[in-house]
Amino acid sequence: MSTSSIKTKSSIGVGQIILFLSVAILVIVVAFPVLLILFNAFWVEGHFNLKNVIEVLSEPDTFKALKNSLIIATGTTIGSTIVGTFFAWLVTRTDLPHKTFMKSMFLVPFMLPSFIGAMAWKMLLSPNAGFINQFFIHHLGFTGPVFNIYSYLGISTVEVMYLFPFVFIQVCGALERMDPTLEESARISGAGLLTITRKITIPLVLPSIMSGALLIMLYSMAHFGTVAVLGIENGIYNIPTLIYERIHQSGGSFASIRTGTVLATVLVISAAIIIWAQRTILGKGHYQIIGGKSFRPMELKLRGLRMPLMIFCLAYIAFTIVLPTVVIFLVGGLKTYGLSFTPENLSLDNYKFILFEYQVTRDAIFNSVTLGFSAAIITMFAGVMISYVIVKMKVRGKGILEFLGMLPFSVPGSVIALGVILAWSGKFGINLYNTVWIILLAYIARYMAFSLKANSAALEQVHDSLVEAARSCGATMWQSLKDIVIPLVRPGMLAAFFLIFLPSLRELTVSIMLYAPTTRTIGVAIYTLNEDGETVISAALAGIALIIIIVGQTIINHFTKKEGA
Amino acid sequence: MSYVRLVNVTKRFGDVTAVDNLNFEIGKGECFSMLGPSGCGKTTTLRMVAGFEDLSDGEVWVGDNLMSSPRKNHYLPPEKRNFGMVFQAFAVWPHMSVYDNVAFPLQIRKLPKSEIEQRTTDALKATNLLSAANESPDFLSGGGKQRVALARALAINPDVMLLDEPLSSLDPHLREEMRFEIKELQQKYGFSIIYVTHDQSEAMALSDRIMVMKLGVMQQIDTPLNIYNHPANQFVFSFIGLSNFLNVVWRDGKLYLKGEGDKLAMPDELVPPEDLKGEPELSLASRPSEINFTSMTDPEALHGVVSRKAFLGEIIDYQIKAGEQTLRVQKGRRDPGPEAGENCAVHFERPFWYKGHAK
Amino acid sequence: MDIIRVEGVAKAYGDHQVHEDLTLAIKKGECFTLLGPSGCGKTVLLRMIAGFESPDAGKIYIDDTLVSDADDSHQEIPPENRGLGVVFQDYAVWPHMTVFDNVAYPLKIAKRPKDEIKKKVMDMIDIVGMHGLEKRLPSELSGGQQQRVALARALVGNPSLMLLDEPLSNLDANLREEMRFEIKELQRKLDVTVLYVTHDQEIGLAISDRVAIMNEHGKIQQIGTPWEIFEKPVNPFVFSFMGIANFMAVRREGADYVVGTGNQVVPWEKPVGEDRQWSAGFRPSDVKLSRSGEGLKGVVKRANFLGAMMDYLIEIDGEHLRTSIETHRALTQDLMFKAGETCVVSFLNLLWFRAEELQEVVKE
Repeated sequence: MSTSSIKTKSSIGVGQIILFLSVAILVIVVAFPVLLILFNAFWVEGHFNLKNVIEVLSEPDTFKALKNSLIIATGTTIGSTIVGTFFAWLVTRTDLPHKTFMKSMFLVPFMLPSFIGAMAWKMLLSPNAGFINQFFIHHLGFTGPVFNIYSYLGISTVEVMYLFPFVFIQVCGALERMDPTLEESARISGAGLLTITRKITIPLVLPSIMSGALLIMLYSMAHFGTVAVLGIENGIYNIPTLIYERIHQSGGSFASIRTGTVLATVLVISAAIIIWAQRTILGKGHYQIIGGKSFRPMELKLRGLRMPLMIFCLAYIAFTIVLPTVVIFLVGGLKTYGLSFTPENLSLDNYKFILFEYQVTRDAIFNSVTLGFSAAIITMFAGVMISYVIVKMKVRGKGILEFLGMLPFSVPGSVIALGVILAWSGKFGINLYNTVWIILLAYIARYMAFSLKANSAALEQVHDSLVEAARSCGATMWQSLKDIVIPLVRPGMLAAFFLIFLPSLRELTVSIMLYAPTTRTIGVAIYTLNEDGETVISAALAGIALIIIIVGQTIINHFTKKEGA
Repeated sequence: MSYVRLVNVTKRFGDVTAVDNLNFEIGKGECFSMLGPSGCGKTTTLRMVAGFEDLSDGEVWVGDNLMSSPRKNHYLPPEKRNFGMVFQAFAVWPHMSVYDNVAFPLQIRKLPKSEIEQRTTDALKATNLLSAANESPDFLSGGGKQRVALARALAINPDVMLLDEPLSSLDPHLREEMRFEIKELQQKYGFSIIYVTHDQSEAMALSDRIMVMKLGVMQQIDTPLNIYNHPANQFVFSFIGLSNFLNVVWRDGKLYLKGEGDKLAMPDELVPPEDLKGEPELSLASRPSEINFTSMTDPEALHGVVSRKAFLGEIIDYQIKAGEQTLRVQKGRRDPGPEAGENCAVHFERPFWYKGHAK
Repeated sequence: MDIIRVEGVAKAYGDHQVHEDLTLAIKKGECFTLLGPSGCGKTVLLRMIAGFESPDAGKIYIDDTLVSDADDSHQEIPPENRGLGVVFQDYAVWPHMTVFDNVAYPLKIAKRPKDEIKKKVMDMIDIVGMHGLEKRLPSELSGGQQQRVALARALVGNPSLMLLDEPLSNLDANLREEMRFEIKELQRKLDVTVLYVTHDQEIGLAISDRVAIMNEHGKIQQIGTPWEIFEKPVNPFVFSFMGIANFMAVRREGADYVVGTGNQVVPWEKPVGEDRQWSAGFRPSDVKLSRSGEGLKGVVKRANFLGAMMDYLIEIDGEHLRTSIETHRALTQDLMFKAGETCVVSFLNLLWFRAEELQEVVKE
């Protein structure tokens, strides 16, 4: 033992450096922009001004947007909860045929971008030009459209199709993990299966249902794409679309930014309330229902309803997943929008055009891939470091760090976008507006929470004693990080990478607020082309995006399966 | 008088036979335990009695009522069987109060309100839960939860109570306490118990009769004392307490210890019972506490070397090497014994002989 | 010679004072067990010796080198430079490395030549009985095998001191029994000093040269050989911690010592002291049960057949005691009592404690 190895406790160690970097990253990327929004909303002309906030909110347009956000979110939440719970129950607690297949199909909407879905539904059900409406009018003698997608009901229905997996996955998890003896003891008490479902099963998974429902509420309140695609025709705005409209139309004028910050504040506050409600429900009512011995849970024999319900599920999958996807690809193949789907009208020309000739779409694909890749790499490494501080280090104030890291999870994308505009448009010496860098910063802020979640989960698995064992073997702090911690969290880092890379490829909400002519992303390009009436080009690009996403997802599944084995 | 009857009960999962042709009868008011290591089929058997598993073959009867019979295509679902059942993981419903948990089976039966109240209160009283009636079971300890489960099972006054390792999630002290409570409740209400456990002392303490199972096959059914005095085979012997097995072979009318060319002769007066004489392979089973150190000239004594001696407080634990085989001996802390490394002679107080070698 | 000296160490977590003025010395070459109930701070002490925690006050020496000094120089040698082997309760073998790589890690860190590493690692793998498994990943090993890897890793660098923190408590009973003898064997073979931390008194008795008993508040109650600790406990806490313990209330009336609320006089060894209220401590093995003859008359309240043992709860004038007798002895000596039968109890040994002393233990 050499005396040179003696160190005093006060020296600056690895820990302090990591801590300092973590705080710096989160403050600059996350806290600063969000605080600027609150500051701008309440601080007018040098002093605190609540009156102005109320004025902005009582403008007819803003008030209506608030109301719309609430109506759509409520409808979506109720619909998704019913659909999600029903399907979850069906695939876990009944003898429905092909349950594993159904289960994986019900998770597919998770990876599909809802604004592309909304575009497809616009093609299918717009009151005049929609394929389905036209079919009914021309062939079945209807005098008007059967369904108008440009309505509250239409918007909510489309959102339900893409958001119900939030509830589905939570409830499936709860039902699968639930101790089967909880139900068996009711059965031996004399209760039939329907009574058990009503009195035991559903009440026990209610916290999971509620928590999924609140997530949907949160998401739908702040959702941009579907409302933007389907609402504008009929003048239905919600908060994010109104923020976008205002800032977009005025080219970023002061008044529009003020309206934006006030609306964004409303979103932040409602998000905070929802998150709080969710925590309370999870904290209080989360029953210990995970059991010891595992048996197969009881299955309700559907008997006569078995086939009809299977057909219903298949029809649901065909109608909500297959049909819109097929329509996107078919329209993407049309020479001009409006032609019928006959072989002579269909070709791969549009796809070739957007991939090899059209500068706008080629730029968009390049931008999205490089932005997504960079954001994923940066966020992955920053996430490991910050998670390490949160999970492993015993330092004061790491609660704040955790809060900051998870903040973007509850802060909607349009708020983040607005925040980075406020922070990085030159007011503080750095002007990144109209460059890809501002989008990159926004992506990092938006996806940091994903990375923290994946990396924290991986780090929780690395028990302290693994590091201590390395230290007692003679390894220094750095060596044990390098040899033990990093190799063990690699799966978490990989997961974080894909969790960020794939969604960023289809990102719309943030990019739409920040793009410049040369910095369109795939999402922005699809959306703007569609707005400009380039329906077929836009659909073809959407098709390409779907292919990239599906291939990417398949690769992840492959990876995660291998890591699991 | 038999009450619950299992006739040729068999359960197969694919190619695996989990329960193989079980036959037994349980009397009214009897406490019958199924004892065996995990995977022996005891829980599966209980679940077939309860109706949670289908039978592959055979019949389950309660009194004159047929419960399950695949051949007769008859199956009564669990909710119609009128059993009380208690599970290992308690399975009390966390979203209902203690009272509502216990009242649930009565409400399901649509009994009059006053009767529900009366019987629920009685069951809560019998399990010392009356003061906790309005609490959520989440606030109760493991023992408290298991009492709720017991009260819920009692509420319907079942004739048969099925208990699936009800005490193994509790800490040892509580386990003993609850064991007495279950026994007292049985004496008070007179129901039959089918009890599943892997803990032999629990089964011994609680049961009128025990069935020992291994890999789905019944090994022995008898009273606890008879099982202790006459374990039917090596498996039963080893399952009901600490055990030693010495493998021996017959050669030219003499017994030799197995190993190293089987050269070590057994003491002349240590001999198996008549019916096992001449068996080529035998094993001598003994309990570590039923072996004494004796003089080297004892004609019944086996000679060996103390390879290890450990002071464990109440007992002193010896490992004796006899040829290539080892014996474990446990003596009280006051009993004199040899030191590690010394030669010694041991005398078996209660030797058991079994056909075939132990693994 | 002392290999570890802990002098006046204090440690607190927030308001919770775990240790205060703790002093302890461990001799070179011995197997020393720190035994105490969970939460008594024994693991904290081990972690301070290993360097994972710093004391608030006091000094720790290893091999006469000052490794932690919270009093004067405020210096600490980090764990990697203390030259110890440490084995943890949860094995802490690295799941991404093979058995070989796990065991080789300390030598790689020390930058030993490759062929030396290979030889030493293979030798150590042999010693812990893992020959042929060196290419396996920890996930392909049982709990006992993982703990063997952890032992090999701790020992491969030839440490003079090995710290073990409840290394066997995650294993099942059979394996635990087997492994404790293996640890003892390794200690002898490799001539390493062992500091073993556990709450399991049986392991402490079985493997130790000396044992220190700690109470719930981190105070060391007694240090001695296993025999001394078990047969000559200094107080009721040590007595009851080391095994099943019965206490029987006895009051002094004149020169007589009378049991419980009745009037049976204790005919055995009497306590020394002036107190009126006493408590007689004894273990099940101190009890001699009979149907008649000399001794205290009692009633069997509960008789429990547990297979190899008959377990009795006996009442003597309001005092309850638990004892057990091997079933075959009970059968051959006519001692199969039923509940309600009377019996006679005599004692081979009684340990006298003042009643107040006992109350302190019960309160805690």
